[in-house]
Amino acid sequence: MNILKLAGIGPQNNARILLMSLLLALPLSSWAVLGDTGASVLNDQTLMKGTLRSVDHHTYVVHEITAPSGTVVREFVSPQGAVFGVAWEGQFLPDLQQLLGPYYQQAQQAEQAAAQQAGSQPRQRRAPIVIETSGLVLYETGHVRSFHGQAYLPQLVPQGVETGDIH
Amino acid sequence: MRSFLILLALGSLALMVACGGSGSSSNVTSTITSVTDSCSPSTITYGQTSQCSATVMGTGNFNSAVTWSVTCSTGSCGSISASGLYSAPSSGTVALQVTITATSVQNTTISGSTTVTVNPIQPLNNVAPIIVDSGPTGLNPPSVNVGFVTVKVCVPSTNTCQTIDHVSVDTGSSGLRIVSSVLTIPLPAEPDSSGNPLDECLVFLDGYVWGPVQTADIYVAGEKAAKVPVQVMIPSTSSPPVPSGCSSQSPPGGNGNEGGSVDAFGANALIGVGLFQQDCGPGCVSASPPYPVYYDCPASGCNPTNVTLAQQLANPVASFTTDNNGVLIQLPSVPDGGSLNPTGSLIFGIGTQSNNGLGSATVYPVPDTGNNAGDFTTTFNGTAYPASFIDSGSNGLFFLNMATTLIATCPGNNSGWYCPAMSPDNLTAVNQGTNGIPGPTTNFSIENADNLFNTNNTAFSTLGGPNPGAFDWGLSFFFGRNVFTAIENMSTPGGTGPYFAYNNP
Repeated sequence: MNILKLAGIGPQNNARILLMSLLLALPLSSWAVLGDTGASVLNDQTLMKGTLRSVDHHTYVVHEITAPSGTVVREFVSPQGAVFGVAWEGQFLPDLQQLLGPYYQQAQQAEQAAAQQAGSQPRQRRAPIVIETSGLVLYETGHVRSFHGQAYLPQLVPQGVETGDIH
Repeated sequence: MRSFLILLALGSLALMVACGGSGSSSNVTSTITSVTDSCSPSTITYGQTSQCSATVMGTGNFNSAVTWSVTCSTGSCGSISASGLYSAPSSGTVALQVTITATSVQNTTISGSTTVTVNPIQPLNNVAPIIVDSGPTGLNPPSVNVGFVTVKVCVPSTNTCQTIDHVSVDTGSSGLRIVSSVLTIPLPAEPDSSGNPLDECLVFLDGYVWGPVQTADIYVAGEKAAKVPVQVMIPSTSSPPVPSGCSSQSPPGGNGNEGGSVDAFGANALIGVGLFQQDCGPGCVSASPPYPVYYDCPASGCNPTNVTLAQQLANPVASFTTDNNGVLIQLPSVPDGGSLNPTGSLIFGIGTQSNNGLGSATVYPVPDTGNNAGDFTTTFNGTAYPASFIDSGSNGLFFLNMATTLIATCPGNNSGWYCPAMSPDNLTAVNQGTNGIPGPTTNFSIENADNLFNTNNTAFSTLGGPNPGAFDWGLSFFFGRNVFTAIENMSTPGGTGPYFAYNNP
């Protein structure tokens, strides 16, 4: 959960100002990840060779990166500068391990433990991913050629934001 | 016959000269004595041709030219060219006796006729039996709500073949994929453009499969897909190892590499008979850099590579010579509580034979590109969910979540299924394709999954689970309906694919 502490470092309330001041100086070596600061959105744009569009929703900012493949990744940044949610859709999935950071392993372990305890119950086949824990919510649906997913950290979602908007 | 005709003409000339006729050709009378004709072959099928020729007999310097005509008792008789090439109608269901007549140009009262028989094309057996049972022998835990067919694969153009049972039927993907431990015949590798082995990483909704692309002839029912790329799915312990760019696309909480064993995959193989001609399509042809789907795998390691459409895993149905525009899945009604081992049919073609017409089914066109490729909109309780779809490979009806449906998920670690307090819970939704026309109301029910699983049945029309934000109309939905999946760019009586179509019971 160290990441959750990290997420709070953004000193400014105005996400736009924060981004403008930090983006140009960032090394282009790593992805912004869920729970990280929104400042590294440009890294993701570079990694995806995508175009960036940012929309200020007042209670949060959405940075939408569109890759040449058409795959779209949206990063939801709080006024405190934390990436509290990410969403993705397209034929080609983004690198979810990088996009979700440490939460990827956390989700994986939670589900594996559940699967083991489910024992001899019939398995789901080609079923959506539904993870709803206090620390992480993650959904993915779709089929080959079209996937849609979203993940958010409930503790970091700003007040007044509908989690249904994280898509 | 031509030489005979010439001799005949010369003979007439000689006779004329010998008689010391007055020499003006205008005074010479030429007559046609007979016209006979024949066609080869005399028995053909719809869509075939037969070459006809005429023999004209006469006296004097007669004109051996004929005109051709065709007659028959009913309907279209086909056509014949000026040179006598007869073309039968492209399709038909009853045998035709076609009279081919050659009429002398010089004397139109003299003609000859012959008969060509046009037989219906003997329809291929386009029905592969489906069984919804507990899966391959010994599968643990047993399968529920997966439809299986039997498929034969062969080394291309040989009799080296293997029959594979319990091949799951998936309208949500395209291509045949075989668990490596199941395959016993040496299918040839399909090399990439560098001559190296070509491997593939295909991400499904709940995991990925990895392994080499090989080439096979595929036989299913009476149909054949010749020399098509198929995938052999290997475990993570095999070589080449799974590239990190492959596994990192797979959603957390999924199955990871799910093609490595029969137990992990839940089937011996999977036949993808979905909306698309290839599994990846144009996106994998010329991307820069290539997407992590197809991999060039020299001994030094695997890297993403572009491939042509022909190198990609092909929807076997689109590769058939006939019945190749889509599939119809027919499964029987299943009562509340489920059924044990029900059987149905995977029928190839849409409107190509008497057994695969659309009938009363409603067509729901879907986009062939974009981020909602293959999706339609499901409206439930007044809210539209545009990322919804039909998928026989999903073994439940996965839709929304407790907050929107008010249906409880099952307790404990079975929370991937719904366990409504009031069971069955009868619900309705409306689907709508890109034509903007809402279909008729679709009724469905959800029962308590824990109770269903206690029956030991293998097929449930009322098995469902959560899928926040969308409807995944999985196999539960197929029971008691005709569900059609039309392939992109293929013509059908319901329009050009891709589309889904179904009727309500």
